[in-house]
Amino acid sequence: MDFSFLDQLWVARFPLLKGLGVSISISLSSIVVGTVLGVFVGLALTYGVRPLKWLVRGYTDFIRGTPVLVLVLASYYVLGTVGINLGPFQAGVLALAVFCSSHVGELVRGALQSIPKGQTEAAKAIGLTFPQTFAYVLGPQALRQALPAWVNTAAEMVKASTLLSIIGVAELLLRTQEVISRTFMSLEFYFFAGFLYFVINYGIERFGRYVERKTAVPS
Amino acid sequence: MTYTLNFSAVWRSFDLLLQGLALSLGLAALAILAGCAIGLITAFGLVSKRVLLRKPAGLYVTMIRNTPILVLVLFSYFALPELGIRLGKIESFVLTLAIYSGAYLAEVFRGGLIAVPPGQREAGLAIGLTELQIRISIIIPLMLRNVLPSLGSTLISLFKDTSLAAAIAVPELTFEARKINVETFRVIETWIVASCLYVATCSLLAALMRAVERRLAVPR
Repeated sequence: MDFSFLDQLWVARFPLLKGLGVSISISLSSIVVGTVLGVFVGLALTYGVRPLKWLVRGYTDFIRGTPVLVLVLASYYVLGTVGINLGPFQAGVLALAVFCSSHVGELVRGALQSIPKGQTEAAKAIGLTFPQTFAYVLGPQALRQALPAWVNTAAEMVKASTLLSIIGVAELLLRTQEVISRTFMSLEFYFFAGFLYFVINYGIERFGRYVERKTAVPS
Repeated sequence: MTYTLNFSAVWRSFDLLLQGLALSLGLAALAILAGCAIGLITAFGLVSKRVLLRKPAGLYVTMIRNTPILVLVLFSYFALPELGIRLGKIESFVLTLAIYSGAYLAEVFRGGLIAVPPGQREAGLAIGLTELQIRISIIIPLMLRNVLPSLGSTLISLFKDTSLAAAIAVPELTFEARKINVETFRVIETWIVASCLYVATCSLLAALMRAVERRLAVPR
């Protein structure tokens, strides 16, 4: 038996690759679900009628005040108790999507509120209905405003996906821990996992900068 | 769905949750103090003209910000002993959190430093202060005032990150909640109470930071 790191890495390549795949699918699904939810949250925060606005504000503040790990643990343990039987993967993704929705919600609200009032008034003046105003005037401008921060949120979600290892989802970090418990090479393998996450997030960060440059209002 | 909420079991162990909360706050306080020191030094590195200071500082910030904190927590608790660095659970966690927040705070402070008008430094030079004196008595106080809002939100997310200490069995709030959850099976109640404690503390911290901001606001 050989104990050098590269050999062990080769032996463990399939579990680690599978873990990486699971990490990516956790991140992607929570970003997609969270963004869809978050856009509604943002719209409700900006244009909602009073009671709805308060309700959604309460939701965002509560979610943002709770650690993601608590959301993940609560979602996993609570849903089972009330008879909704989700696996750890689904429960975890649900928790991350809820977390993501609160971030995206604030992002969308900030972007919509930063659009000068004159834009809405101008749209009204040329006779656009509100849905039209939103689709042609407010939406595109808000999108440009929110896109760079949204890319950062995506990187945040990749990092948060590691928390699902605590409820037993076999993503990259849990797979790494399994490999370590077999090989005792904690230094090397934690470093390797950290490196993989770094590469993914650095890529996303660079992409975010690129998007920021591309979408910047020419001045 | 025949589940009736019954908080009595959670109230019986409520003091455990409070102890956990106190530990969470303590961890956050230590980490933010150390993190501010690391962040401040790094921020001066980031704005330095010398490549030998700027590049390593930038590398540290990029590396730490793009690595999940759970990986860092596990790394420093399980892997550092292999390098002969043996720390207790709490020490290793505070160290990790300080290094993690240091990277975020460095970016925060960098923004604040850039926003200090160069005239302030020149004025300091004119009255004969050394570079170090200028930094300590002019630039840092002005910069702190600039960055108070982002400092506040970093503090709050730092406090929330203390929940990760549960992963290495530090008995903070999340860990205690999980223990009560397992012992009493009052799953929903435990998590409701624990999240409410987190939310309440975060709102309190936010209110506190707003009060400090108002106190220190530049009079206009």
